[in-house]
Amino acid sequence: MNLAEGVQIVSFGILAVMMLAAALGVVLLSNIVHSAFLLAGVFLSISGLYILLNGDFVAAAQILIYVGAVNVLILFAIMLVNKQENFSEIPGSKFRKIATAVVCIGLFVLLGTMILVTPWALDSTSPAVIENTIIALGEHFFSDYLLPFELASVLLLMAMVGAIILARRDLIPEIADTTDTVSTRLTLPERPRELTSIGNVEEIN
Amino acid sequence: MNSILILTITKEIDFQTGFVKIFTDWGFTAGIAKAIWLPIPMILVIVLATLLALVTTWLERKISAAAQQRIGPEYIGPQGILVPVADVVKLVFKETVTPRQSDDLLFTLGPLLVIIPIFLSFLIVPLGQNLIISNIGIGIFLWIALSSIAPIGALMAGYASNNKYSLLGGLRSAAQSISYEVPLALSVLAIVMMSDSLSTVDIVAQQSSHGILSWNIWRQPIGVVIFWIAALAEAERLPFDLPEAEEELVAGYQTEYGGIRFMLFYGSSYLNLVLSSLIFSILYLGGWSFPIPVELLASWLGVSATALWLQPMVLSLGLFMTLVKAYLMIFIAILLRWTVPRVRIDQLLNLGWKFLLPISLINLLLTAAFKLFLPILF
Repeated sequence: MNLAEGVQIVSFGILAVMMLAAALGVVLLSNIVHSAFLLAGVFLSISGLYILLNGDFVAAAQILIYVGAVNVLILFAIMLVNKQENFSEIPGSKFRKIATAVVCIGLFVLLGTMILVTPWALDSTSPAVIENTIIALGEHFFSDYLLPFELASVLLLMAMVGAIILARRDLIPEIADTTDTVSTRLTLPERPRELTSIGNVEEIN
Repeated sequence: MNSILILTITKEIDFQTGFVKIFTDWGFTAGIAKAIWLPIPMILVIVLATLLALVTTWLERKISAAAQQRIGPEYIGPQGILVPVADVVKLVFKETVTPRQSDDLLFTLGPLLVIIPIFLSFLIVPLGQNLIISNIGIGIFLWIALSSIAPIGALMAGYASNNKYSLLGGLRSAAQSISYEVPLALSVLAIVMMSDSLSTVDIVAQQSSHGILSWNIWRQPIGVVIFWIAALAEAERLPFDLPEAEEELVAGYQTEYGGIRFMLFYGSSYLNLVLSSLIFSILYLGGWSFPIPVELLASWLGVSATALWLQPMVLSLGLFMTLVKAYLMIFIAILLRWTVPRVRIDQLLNLGWKFLLPISLINLLLTAAFKLFLPILF
């Protein structure tokens, strides 16, 4: 075993342990902010695994999209909402828990059998041979993976249009009955605050 | 994969094989010699980046003093050149204070998450013809990807400090980073489209044909402005240093920090400035290339450009040119800081999303059109 192989095995071990520990932390920790930060750790470890598989572009894209965009937005949402609320028991939680367990075990069995059943034939062309991964990716996108690629772009476009429509919702505040508010005791005769600032807050995201 | 950690193999000067050969001559095996070699370029880059950032903090003091008709630091070393060293020594020996009820682990991790990606990004910066840690295929994309980790560090620091100002400052900083990442990436994409490669070495090589005339700054006049504005915003320099707007937010997400952890934040802002300037000089100012092509100069002097004794001189000229260009951009950034007032947060976000984003998209479209119809120039 030479130096490069040793480094690869050791880093695979570290990354795998890191990813599993972080993923468990995301699910099990009670503090939601800690979970969100650990999610970034999961994504970073996955990108490390991509580097071990010689997928340099995919690894960088993983960091850019999942850590830099998705996870930051999750953190933003958590921190802007900032709702301190204890976890309360929902009625019928026993049934819910059983249903969740059944779904999770079913998914696990499904994925496990998929892994076991699939004939994993090792491709004779090693990915290390590919000189320029970006060109190889581009060729695949515009030949045999054209349909998934285009479908994903349409999906993203739909999501973007939806987000813009939600963010640009021009609220017309209903003129509250001012006389009513003044008449009650201990209320200052204030005009109802206009809701025009909502558009600006949404722009941050 | 291990080639990522090794200086690129070159025809003229090959540091790695030379180094390995010296050690194997001393009786080490080739594997051990390689293992000794591996960390050397990385440590060298970290030291070099730190040195460049320290010099930048000294320049900031001197230039700001000149802008305000003061003398600036004078007594610590000649012209006060040792002030950054004194700063570091002071910050290292300060007590590390953690605010009460703060999140201790996240409080320490925040500054680390900000500074480590910046050091990693120095991997792809070529200081000269062959002076690069790794000429990897994704090159400049690595920088964009790594710079997107920084907002998480800011959010983490803001959240962990247990302080309203810190939290607001962290949110502001993250909002600023993500909104300026998009125009930054799009203006880089226009350059990549022109050079058909993400690798920083190829981007410089594409500009080196006609000396100063072939630099990208002439072919990307819109892209230059967008890139520089976005890079200043990413590095949180004035006029975009809202995250640490003292009057409004105390010091943003850094409010509760002191000692070494504060030094990491402070250092990372200067490292980021140095990195942005270096990348600006690579993308738009021809990197290590001299304004007149070296081959042309050599032919004027009647020397063969491939002569062996000329190579070290060409190499040091390249290093010198890269640093001159980078420090020119740093000078402009410092001068901007001391002349331009700060923008408001809403102006900042409006500028980013409503102006820079559409303009950079148009720039991308124009570049693609020129690339199709004027393939000689682009």
